[in-house]
Amino acid sequence: MKPLIAAAVFGVLMMFASLNVKEKRNLSNFANILFLILLGINIWEFVEVYKHGASIEAFKGMIIYSPLSVWFNTLIVALSLFYSLYNARGIERVGVHVGEYYSLIFFMLVGAHLLSVYNHVLILFLGIEIISIPQYILAGADKRNLKSSEASLKYFLMGAFSTGITLMGLTLLFGGTGTFELNAMDFSEWNYMMLTGVIFLLISFGFKVSAAPMHIWTPDVYDGAPTAFAGFMATVVKASIFMAFVNIFIHFYELKDVWQALIAIVIVLTLLIGNITAVYQQSVKRMLAYSSIAQSGFMLFAVYASDAIAVKGIVLYAIAYTLATLMLFGVLSHMKDQTYDGFNGLSKKEPFVAFALTIALLSLTGIPLTAGFFAKFYMLQAAFNTGIDYTLYLVLFALLMSTVSVYYYFRLIWAMYFKIGNPILNFEISKAQKAILALGLVLIIVVGIYPDVLFFFL
Amino acid sequence: MILLFLILIPLVSGLLSFVIQSEQVKSLAIVSSLATMVVSIILAFVFQNETAFLEIPWLQGMGASFALKAGGISIFMALLTGIVYFILFISRLQVKLPNLNRYIGLLLLTQAGLMGVFLAHDFLLFYFFWELALIPMYFLASQWGDENRVKVTFKFFVYTFLGSLFMLAGLIYLYLQANQSFQYEHILAAANQLDASTQQWMFWLVFIAFAIKMPLFPFHTWQPDAYETTETSSTIVLSALMVKMGLFAVIKWLLPLFPEGTAYWSSTVIVLSLIGIIYASLIAFVQKDIKRVIAYSSIAHIALMNLGLFMNTESAIDGVMYQMFNHGITVTGLWLLMSIIENKYKTRNMSQMGGMAKLAPTASIFLVILAFSNVGLPLTHSFIGEFMIFNGIMQSAFDNHILFMVLAGSGIILSAMYMLRLVQKVAYGKVPKQVESYVEAKDISTPEWIGLGLVLLIVIVGGIYPNVFMQVFL
Repeated sequence: MKPLIAAAVFGVLMMFASLNVKEKRNLSNFANILFLILLGINIWEFVEVYKHGASIEAFKGMIIYSPLSVWFNTLIVALSLFYSLYNARGIERVGVHVGEYYSLIFFMLVGAHLLSVYNHVLILFLGIEIISIPQYILAGADKRNLKSSEASLKYFLMGAFSTGITLMGLTLLFGGTGTFELNAMDFSEWNYMMLTGVIFLLISFGFKVSAAPMHIWTPDVYDGAPTAFAGFMATVVKASIFMAFVNIFIHFYELKDVWQALIAIVIVLTLLIGNITAVYQQSVKRMLAYSSIAQSGFMLFAVYASDAIAVKGIVLYAIAYTLATLMLFGVLSHMKDQTYDGFNGLSKKEPFVAFALTIALLSLTGIPLTAGFFAKFYMLQAAFNTGIDYTLYLVLFALLMSTVSVYYYFRLIWAMYFKIGNPILNFEISKAQKAILALGLVLIIVVGIYPDVLFFFL
Repeated sequence: MILLFLILIPLVSGLLSFVIQSEQVKSLAIVSSLATMVVSIILAFVFQNETAFLEIPWLQGMGASFALKAGGISIFMALLTGIVYFILFISRLQVKLPNLNRYIGLLLLTQAGLMGVFLAHDFLLFYFFWELALIPMYFLASQWGDENRVKVTFKFFVYTFLGSLFMLAGLIYLYLQANQSFQYEHILAAANQLDASTQQWMFWLVFIAFAIKMPLFPFHTWQPDAYETTETSSTIVLSALMVKMGLFAVIKWLLPLFPEGTAYWSSTVIVLSLIGIIYASLIAFVQKDIKRVIAYSSIAHIALMNLGLFMNTESAIDGVMYQMFNHGITVTGLWLLMSIIENKYKTRNMSQMGGMAKLAPTASIFLVILAFSNVGLPLTHSFIGEFMIFNGIMQSAFDNHILFMVLAGSGIILSAMYMLRLVQKVAYGKVPKQVESYVEAKDISTPEWIGLGLVLLIVIVGGIYPNVFMQVFL
């Protein structure tokens, strides 16, 4: 409960701060301090829940705090801190309303919090909306840029459409089960109403996590939105929505005969479209957008399996994917030329940055000793655990697509190390930013060697 | 404890070489590789055939541990790695390369990965090291070498990575069958209990990774280009050690894990190996580039070893183990010589060479002896290894073993043809007019002498009294 209140209060605080503080740098510093406090409050909450042992109910059971959900939320806030520490200067350069950008990010964290602890579907809906609406605004934050406005409008229209489907799905679910509380829903006697509801939810969640064929908005939105915000949308937001996605489908487990095959099709499409299209991109930003679709394909395995390992896996995947992608988007926001050629010869100019990016790319590819390996490992393990006979083909297909991903990830390594050029930076990568990249690098490797560190309390 | 040293010495010195100065890095490389070699010799000849074991808790929640175990072939391969790296560093002491400290650092990291692959006794750990050896190799081959190295290396990387991923799928499947444990014994028990049809497809899932690494026909297309374009030291590591990972993995993992799958697919693999022997030998015969001759000859030799592995006779498998070591040593010497020859004539085209016996008599003597060793002439150690393999083929229970014998034996004849052709074109005749002006009459340098001398010593000793080495694994 405390982090929820704190995040909302901090959002409001930032709004007032933007009225009184003129210096952009001070606003960023203030926001970073607030992020740090929020992280502290989250850890405090986690310790309390952990000591309590069992789950804690709030709002008459509409929200349930379990150690895992609070822990996940703590990680999300920690990643947001990581994001804002690195991107502070990038955010300052987007426009004049710096305080408001931060305030919107805090509100998104309110949504993320609700998404990890909900039990009542109304809370789920609130969470999705609270996390989505600020994104429409942030996507259009760069007002002078037409592409940014286009991204914002596109995202909003598509988002509104998917909201409608979400609502319809939830209503049908209520019609079928007679309750809004997930714990109380009984699927032992199924009817078409609840089935349709589940499929509608699958579609609307698929839209939010950019699973094919509901992915069409993703490249344009990530490409048009200011790089500093695109990074946040592609990572932290996506991770929290995935957590909600897995959590709700765990409750639908009894209906799995119906939706598992559907998700299998969605996985195949997502992996295929994401990976193959990413190969043809010239702009690194668009490549990252398609890579985020491709990575969604892997994360969907968690939904496909919807069991305890899948939940652990999604936590791990969220960390691995978010850290690596944040590092890439972070450095990308410095580049004047955002194509692959813009990265030519980066290893000569900024050897450490190039090295950190290489590790991040290896992690996205899923090479052992990096966090990405265990993330993929857990996903495939969860998939195999389902014991469905076509899973093997699904897994082999995913691995084949993973090989395709080598091409576009290594192309960046290729540009940085083996090509000659002089990359032009819009603004220098400061020592502090390099320290943050170093932190990300260390985290990727630590999780890659000893992933149990994320589940010490289980 | 001693096993940990084999991995830690190259790992730590490899990381260290990224931070120290270029001049000191050479002494670091020599000291480090010497230390590793000494440890591997102690392991091989003091521990003899006892098994050394080490287990450190790692991912207990997942049922994986940092388990190393050495016995028999593992020790032998660790010994090969130790020796080859020492020869490599000592004989290329005077070579000048840009960013030398990074080059040596990556080489040493690869060594750590190789040692890990040979010693790992836990499936997940094995997979970790399998990839760990690949990543530094990718950077080694992409940054130093010929012009189109980046593309060629990328092909190599994608090939091997695809293979590894198939193995990963198999690994996870077995892991779940073994009640979530990666321990060798548990995996082994679980795999043996699989029914025949499951073993049959699991066989390919795992074998494809090894077949690409070897490389077995038709997965070999990355290999000649990669050997041709990479810098000599990387080529040596690739062809003397890395391809042995595939053969080693077949011995330690594939054959014990899937006996029924192996029985079912043996004839297919044998046919592929036989095609590989004949096909690669024929292509080697028409190559103009000296490096490509050795590359194709390597494919043929590996295919012969792979053939031996699937014969299911003790003699053949023992022969393959010995031949893996022999091939590693001989090919190291050959690659060193190829780079010496290339530097002398400033080309790799055989038709523009000749008369090296006059220009550099010592190098020519080494070339002749190592070429004989590559062919498998008596008194060289390859003779013993190949003899045992053929003996095993004759003993095998396959109906067509005589045919296998004839086809595989024709590989030996062909190898004599292309190796003697190479020797003849390079060492004898006159120095061609067009290269006369710039050819160096200098013979080999002292470091190269030491390296090639060590190679020669092992070739001859192993050929006359093979028990010195065979006692390690028999």
